[in-house]
Amino acid sequence: MATGKHDQTLFELSLRMGDNALILGQRISAWCGHAPVLEEDIALANVALDLIGQASLWLGFAGEIEGEGRTADNLAFLRADREFRNCLLVEQPNGDFGHTLMRQFLFDAWHLPMLKALTLSSDERVAAIAAKSAKEATYHLERSEDFVIRLGDGSDESHRRMQDALDVLWPFAGELTCADEIDVALADKGLGPDLGAIGAEYKEYMERMLKKATLTADWQAPIRKGGKVGDHSEALGHLLPEMQWLQRSHPGAVW
Amino acid sequence: MYAQMVKSTGEGVKSLDEMEPQERAFQERINADVKIEPKDWMPEGYRKTLVRQISQHAHSEIVGQLPEGNWITRAPTLERKMILLAKVQDEAGHGLYLYCAAETLGVSRDEMTEQLLSGKAKYSSIFNYPTLTWADIGAIGWLVDGAAIMNQVPLQRCSYGPYSRAMIRICKEESFHQRQGYDIMMKLVKGTPEQKEMAQDAINRWWWPSLMMFGPSDTDSVHSAQSMAWGIKQNSNDELRQKFVDQTVPQADYLGLKVPDPDLRWNEERGSYDFGEVDWNEFYEVLKGNGPCNAERMAARRKAWDDGAWFREGLMAHARKKETRIMAAE
Repeated sequence: MATGKHDQTLFELSLRMGDNALILGQRISAWCGHAPVLEEDIALANVALDLIGQASLWLGFAGEIEGEGRTADNLAFLRADREFRNCLLVEQPNGDFGHTLMRQFLFDAWHLPMLKALTLSSDERVAAIAAKSAKEATYHLERSEDFVIRLGDGSDESHRRMQDALDVLWPFAGELTCADEIDVALADKGLGPDLGAIGAEYKEYMERMLKKATLTADWQAPIRKGGKVGDHSEALGHLLPEMQWLQRSHPGAVW
Repeated sequence: MYAQMVKSTGEGVKSLDEMEPQERAFQERINADVKIEPKDWMPEGYRKTLVRQISQHAHSEIVGQLPEGNWITRAPTLERKMILLAKVQDEAGHGLYLYCAAETLGVSRDEMTEQLLSGKAKYSSIFNYPTLTWADIGAIGWLVDGAAIMNQVPLQRCSYGPYSRAMIRICKEESFHQRQGYDIMMKLVKGTPEQKEMAQDAINRWWWPSLMMFGPSDTDSVHSAQSMAWGIKQNSNDELRQKFVDQTVPQADYLGLKVPDPDLRWNEERGSYDFGEVDWNEFYEVLKGNGPCNAERMAARRKAWDDGAWFREGLMAHARKKETRIMAAE
């Protein structure tokens, strides 16, 4: 990772936000044409489009902060997995549609308050990207919350599948609200929020929503984390070669 | 447009004198260019022909998501990924408008889906070809959407109101699709030798299947004659194919790509291109299910439907519970 005169914490923040959006967008875009109903093909493509658009803004900003001429595309397509800063949750495989919806729900429920808090960032560019993204994330959360409640409290099978998805994915949710040194430094400079406060909000929201959905989270489950500092699960090592293949096999080509 | 060889009554076109008063009044409205609306009386053959054509068109949009969707996760830049996602999403949206238009004729979306998955209903032959390189995404936009537009523009004037209105919306989006395809090709031909080779390879593989999209010559087809009399079809397949060739060859020239047809030459007298004969055996084989990707396309659609059964049922179960709770509270 580059270390120059630029603000490394701000650079990390942009990568974390951008990589979360990019990797989740990449994951859900694979559903296009394969969703359970036509309306969901359309809705998922919409969410994927929003997320890739946000990734493009955050990564473009990261490149500017770094000041070494890297574009959003350079950062998306030419970094190795250890350089990615997304949390582990978003890189988890799609699984069945229930896993995809649960992963989205656990992410959106953090993403929206995080973006809202970032609109108050002392950095104007961060605040502007967050403001644009928060509008989209509001709709994403409405959609995923609605599905988790309806399917959790639906048929026996839909309940079982949503509970399975929650069991598998819940340990990854903790990383979203678990502050490390960079998060603390960002909060100290007023660039980012106090993740502890976001975490409290997240917990209260989850308790309320999961109850409605008749689902149970294991609050004692150990947190699975590492993506924010580049220690990923094996899943990312399969996603990136597919996503980056054309750029890497034709160095310097324009598309 | 993606409807090929849509069967009509097969009985030949009746003259006005041969018709009963009700049918005659219907035909006179069509002749006067007045749109037919869902609640209007219509001959059973007209309704059935439209259901076949509109549902085939809708199914094509749905299956058509697959070959392009194949490259969404591998699109080479963030912008290309977004454009492709938006395009495939438009296609799903087109499928939705078209299913709605067909539903006004008394057939449900579930019935149409069942017909597609059982293999009873057809979709366009073009989507049974594989997308092997990124250039195929360019070629689909340029050639396949180009051929679709050629077919769809006249359908905006179709005698059936809901279909005509759906086509007006769809045509607006299709022209954006064609431009993005041509833009991909342009970037490739200006790129590295490998990129240019990729572009030529794509036109080599997509040219003939694109010409097949118009269907075989229908000058003598009783089905086409009836569809034309009813204002469902406006031009013959050969007319549209010629128009497509005349429009597309100069674009290929501009790209510096060779059209893979040794018989292609400008005919000064006709003011049109002469071109070689399409391999209709290949076309009929693909239609019969023996194309390079028929099995994969159908398997993907069936898997999406079957794997999604619990999701659809779960939502229904929730709706029933909610209703029971409301009733219990009252």
